[in-house]
Amino acid sequence: MVNLTINGLDVSVEDGSTVLEAARFLGFPIPTLCHVDGLSSYGACRLCVVEIGEGPRAKLVSSCTYPAEEGLKVRTASARVIRARKMILELLLASCPQSKTIQDLAAAHDVRQQRFKQEYEDCILCGLCVRMCEEQMMAKAIGFRGRGEKRSIGTPFDIKSDVCRLCGACMYICPACQLRCTYNEPEKPICGACANLAPPCLEKDQFDDMMCYMDPCVACEIQKDK
Amino acid sequence: MLKLKSLDDFRTLQDRLRTGRDPDIPTIVIPAGTCGQASGASDIIRVAKREILAKELTGKVKLRITGCHGFCQIEPSVLIEPARTVYPNVGLKEMALIVEAVAKGEVLTDLLLKDSQTGEQIEKQDDLPFFSKQVRTLLGRNEKVDPIRVYNYLEHGGYGSLVKALDKRSPAWVIEQVKSSGLRGRGGAGFPTGLKWEMLAKQPNGREKFLVCNADEGDPGAYMDRSVLEGNPHSIIEGMLIGAYGTGSKHGVIYVRNEYPLAIKHLIIALRQASELSLLGENILGTGFSFDIQIVRGAGAFVCGEETALIRSIEGKMGEPRQRPPFPIQKGIDGKPTAINNVETWANIPIIIDGEAEAFAKTGTKNNSGTKIFSLVGKIRNTGLVEVPMGITIKEIVYDIGGGPSGKAKIKAVQTGGPSGGCIPADKFDLPVDYDSLTEAGSIMGSGGMIVMDENTCMVDVAKYFMNFLKDESCGKCFTCRKGTQRMYEILDDISAGRGTPEHLDLLEELAVVVRDTTMCGLGQTAPNPVLSTLRYFRDEYLEHIENKRCPAGVCKELIHYSINENCVGCQACVKACPEGAITGEKKQPHTIDADKCIKCGACRSVCKFEAVDVT
Repeated sequence: MVNLTINGLDVSVEDGSTVLEAARFLGFPIPTLCHVDGLSSYGACRLCVVEIGEGPRAKLVSSCTYPAEEGLKVRTASARVIRARKMILELLLASCPQSKTIQDLAAAHDVRQQRFKQEYEDCILCGLCVRMCEEQMMAKAIGFRGRGEKRSIGTPFDIKSDVCRLCGACMYICPACQLRCTYNEPEKPICGACANLAPPCLEKDQFDDMMCYMDPCVACEIQKDK
Repeated sequence: MLKLKSLDDFRTLQDRLRTGRDPDIPTIVIPAGTCGQASGASDIIRVAKREILAKELTGKVKLRITGCHGFCQIEPSVLIEPARTVYPNVGLKEMALIVEAVAKGEVLTDLLLKDSQTGEQIEKQDDLPFFSKQVRTLLGRNEKVDPIRVYNYLEHGGYGSLVKALDKRSPAWVIEQVKSSGLRGRGGAGFPTGLKWEMLAKQPNGREKFLVCNADEGDPGAYMDRSVLEGNPHSIIEGMLIGAYGTGSKHGVIYVRNEYPLAIKHLIIALRQASELSLLGENILGTGFSFDIQIVRGAGAFVCGEETALIRSIEGKMGEPRQRPPFPIQKGIDGKPTAINNVETWANIPIIIDGEAEAFAKTGTKNNSGTKIFSLVGKIRNTGLVEVPMGITIKEIVYDIGGGPSGKAKIKAVQTGGPSGGCIPADKFDLPVDYDSLTEAGSIMGSGGMIVMDENTCMVDVAKYFMNFLKDESCGKCFTCRKGTQRMYEILDDISAGRGTPEHLDLLEELAVVVRDTTMCGLGQTAPNPVLSTLRYFRDEYLEHIENKRCPAGVCKELIHYSINENCVGCQACVKACPEGAITGEKKQPHTIDADKCIKCGACRSVCKFEAVDVT
């Protein structure tokens, strides 16, 4: 067993578990996009960042790939984490606003602006389809190609793959191409109408007396950030 | 080649080589690294050989072809030993004269380098201001050895450190020496090498261990690793052998980029020579210690210089970083413990073992011992590779060694550490060059690139250039690095085109911090450095672009206008030079530029002898 501290709570988890698993086991919400149970962790979307360490050595790491280490001090919702998540969601919205998954995440994290040039890309390169194809469908029909700007997902040389069984698992798992948001393409689309998940405590003027075990509390951090 | 069966065999050979050498025979040394060859060294070598044969000087004058000596400005150059006379920019005719003069023991004063300030002629290489302030422990050996002749390396004490380590000493002694030398990894992060080796040595027994030499040097304008590999490949091999002995590794890999064909060629030759001499392979020098090195060629991805991406590339997978921990020292190539060091780090190892750690630690400052090679390029008079003790100030490098600005414009900043580094403004030139102070100033040591910029360099344009490089070279795995670099480029492009707003600046800064915080590998974490450091020190330049839509340095094309002032004498030079036919005017009458046709290429300005073309 490994002992670590998450948001001030001492916990012990099994060897080999990730920080994300430990935090989720305790009920701390960490948003994820490129992580799905049953597939290996990849760490592409960076949405699950948490803050580890203390003082000037504190840094953000992706909780889905970072192993739970002895004595690790984790903060899942510090101001720094919230700020980074908001920016990531803003970047995601700027690239792929038609995805309901992304719109819901943005709404849940109180993203109210999108300041970049609006793009309408089909793929955010989270790699879920690649891992689905390889690890669950045992096909390995698609993979990443190129790097940087030119990175894309597809079959080698765009030739129809011999091993693809047209099972559709890649489409099933995709957060961008399924569940299209039906907005009317305004200049900078931010939706957030269908999933307003703001913590209830924020609705009240006085929430000091509320029972809250979170340290730091997501709601309080959001409040502070404003 | 003769096979060395024991340490005594080695010593006998080395003694024989040393006594067989007459140091008084004049030797013509011609540096012919890739850079030397590009500037014409191959031709002057041919002339030198022909002249020596034609004048029957064989045996009286020797010729040695070596790797790069570092002073790019004077290539192709010729160094005469033992007098150490140096001739700069030698042409074919001059080479013939030099051979003749060397045979007679004369010095051709007309051909010597003139000091740019005093106009005095300087004969000896060590008197040149470029060389006199340097401490050339690594580069100095480039002058002495012919990279494709192992006997040449042995003659100068090569592999002596390995024999010293093997002879009676224990692996623990090797690690202790490296540790107490205080050597820090020269790849950029500055992790103590001895500590890394100790961790590798402590890995459970019976596990195969790997040593890797990282020669995937990808920073624009940096080429010190190349010159060490080309000029002295045996020193890398010896360093790795010592490392293998200290850490108990059996396999070595040199990961070198395929863009360095000459380095690969010299490495292949050196590896073959070393195994033929039984300095590499099974049962080295009859001591029972075995180590083998293979070369893996990189396919040109900048990110493969990052250690986890490099490991994946060696394994034959796509070069993309992974989460650390587990660190390569625990799980590296094929899941086996791996220690990765930079070319320069490996080249330092034989020196440490040879002179013992205390001697090495004397150079440099307390936590930054030894020397470091920088490639000094940009708007500076003397460009080239400079090897200086750690802790020297930037001012000394730029003004004393580099000789100050190349043109009339004043030096404004120095960019260190390649695309992941930052810009250091001229008022901070008293900063000592070591890992910690550079990091504090918002830049990094990196592998040692140093690009000098003067007042004609626009800092927004510099940030844009590096961001353009990084958005292509980001592997694309982390969303924030891939998209973040693209968006930063987009914003910088807007600013440089006069479309910027004050909000852009805040957004840029906010984004840069998030990209630094949230990416997985060193490339992404340092990618915003060009933006952050230029914003920190040159914010007024950004504001000038945004508020006044003006580029103070006259670089950003959308914001500048070319015009002709009253200095114009009507010489028609610019009319002929203009590719667009935008300049009109009669002879001996002032000319004018048609702003609609002008493509702002700057051709008119570079041909004008009267400073009559203004850029505003």
